[in-house]
Amino acid sequence: MTDETNDTKPPVPPEPQAPAPDAAAKPAPARPAAAAEGAPAAPAPAGVTGATGNTGAAAAAPKPAAPKPPAAPPKPAGPKPTDASDKPLVKALAEAVPGAVAAASEFVGELTIDVPPEKLVDACRHLCARESFTYLVDLTAVDWKERKPRFDVVLWLHSFARGNERVRLRVAVGEGESCPSVTGVWPAANWLEREVFDLYGVPFGGHPDLRRILTWDGFQGHPLRKDFPVEGIDTGAAIYPEAYPEGGGPGGKDPNRKVLS
Amino acid sequence: MSEGTPGTAALVPPPEEPTLLGLHEMELNFGPQHPATHGVLRVVLKVDGERIVSARPDVGYLHRGTEKLFETETYPMVIPHTDRMDYVAAATNNHAYCLAVEKILGVEVPKRAQYIRVLLDEMQRVSSHLLWLATAAIDLGAITPFFYTFREREVILDLFEEYCGARLTLNCMRIGGLPVDLTPGWVERTQAFFETLEAKIDEYEDLLTENRIWKERTVGIGVLAADRCVAWGVTGPVLRAAGVAWDVRRALPYECYPELEFDIPVGKNADTYDRYLVRVAELRQSRRIALQCCDWLAKNPEGEIRGKVPRVIKPAAGMAYASVEAPKGELGFFLVSSGANKPYRLHVRAPSFVNLQSLPEMIRGHLVSDLVAVIGTYDIVLGEVDR
Repeated sequence: MTDETNDTKPPVPPEPQAPAPDAAAKPAPARPAAAAEGAPAAPAPAGVTGATGNTGAAAAAPKPAAPKPPAAPPKPAGPKPTDASDKPLVKALAEAVPGAVAAASEFVGELTIDVPPEKLVDACRHLCARESFTYLVDLTAVDWKERKPRFDVVLWLHSFARGNERVRLRVAVGEGESCPSVTGVWPAANWLEREVFDLYGVPFGGHPDLRRILTWDGFQGHPLRKDFPVEGIDTGAAIYPEAYPEGGGPGGKDPNRKVLS
Repeated sequence: MSEGTPGTAALVPPPEEPTLLGLHEMELNFGPQHPATHGVLRVVLKVDGERIVSARPDVGYLHRGTEKLFETETYPMVIPHTDRMDYVAAATNNHAYCLAVEKILGVEVPKRAQYIRVLLDEMQRVSSHLLWLATAAIDLGAITPFFYTFREREVILDLFEEYCGARLTLNCMRIGGLPVDLTPGWVERTQAFFETLEAKIDEYEDLLTENRIWKERTVGIGVLAADRCVAWGVTGPVLRAAGVAWDVRRALPYECYPELEFDIPVGKNADTYDRYLVRVAELRQSRRIALQCCDWLAKNPEGEIRGKVPRVIKPAAGMAYASVEAPKGELGFFLVSSGANKPYRLHVRAPSFVNLQSLPEMIRGHLVSDLVAVIGTYDIVLGEVDR
């Protein structure tokens, strides 16, 4: 059931996926310059986007897209991420917190720093206290279903003192792993982390009050994961599994009902 | 639970510890059906007599899974869904979303479209602030301002209706520009309305600014100092009432705002009364901006309203964040594109959601009746909080 609904979405691998041999070697989401301008990155999105369109011809070969890279060259026109590891902010962070910068890139004028999970809190402390990134604008996650560290937790920071400069931190977190909480640095992270926990199932270690926030207590499953059906699930069974075993409960007679178990 | 969601069972947090109540304390549920919560907000209060010891907001009653829905729609089809987030300020929602997509696409929005967008934004800000003024005053027992502010809000909604056919869920912007050009005479009618608005704002101020009851209910209530606002990520009028002159329109300018003259009103005392003053001053500033836009549009009645946008919108793979100054604060859209014709992930940085987090700190030690004033002072919209 769940697999069927996935196919309607573009299962495009993320950019960090591109250097596959590297990813196996390092746990960090290696995103070197090679990924940005490298040839292997380009054919993957082109082949997969064709498949999602179900237009027939292009959809024929979703997997072996590698042999025919010039098949659909006009697709990935537009901006490309560029390496930004020589920016002063990135250098200062790498110096102050050794190992905090796995990679840095710039895309449409936005600086993104990849940070390993174990260095996240130190990096945030440094950015907040030393670099005056006092305002946590946003914290959210992205689910790359096929990738090995499955989730990206994304933080978007703002500095008033540095002329409204903004920087993004990206942390790759695997399935079932926990991401360190930054509520100790910015209290604003509290609800945003709860939201990520609720909708993606990424737990935050050290969070003071990690409960579901948008769905109700007792809800099972994490709706924003790519394998959660868009139509929803039979929540009657999900809330009271013992009272309403599979096949029973509200909507139990419906042959199309979706159960997450 | 089987292999469908591995590890999920382990993620369910331990049951909450039983709330320990003092001898004179009791627990009180405020909402979710209370009219003063402006929707379906529930606040679990621990009170000692009339005094609030602690408050725990409980949100999510209006969760509709909009962000999940975004991922199933093509880029243009997302716009009507954004209307339903902050449903009293649909134009700014459309605007922030379009900016995010345009950022990756690299589309240049024509000047005329920029001015119309900004004009729509400012009209939306006025209408949203008028709605806030009406409801916040009603919450505290002053019914009269409602009749005055809705008189003007009605004119704005009529102008919206004339432009795009809708009054509330406007769907009035497109990626790269606007859906339609203005109707003949619309700019003149809008200009005429904004010219009369100054006197109308004076009328609201006559009713409230020096009103003794209003001041007794709002002065010194719900103080949140500037550094705490920043720590909690609070933006918008609440931050400005704490004395921080920070506004996305000025700090991270978008569209034609650098060409327009306006001031950023700030407060001093960071209380509910100062937030009222800031919002009223913002009405005047929005009027100023709107009149400048009307002037420009009257001088430039012809022009492109849509940039060069591909027929099928497929932004390059990557991520981008774009934000606008919504009536409630910084409204941002975080877009992750996979190169497909649908957003891979679209997260809404909703100002109401982030601002509301600071409620427990703002309300601690106040009376239960002040909770109504404090919830009103945030200007929350639950459609945006719960998404």
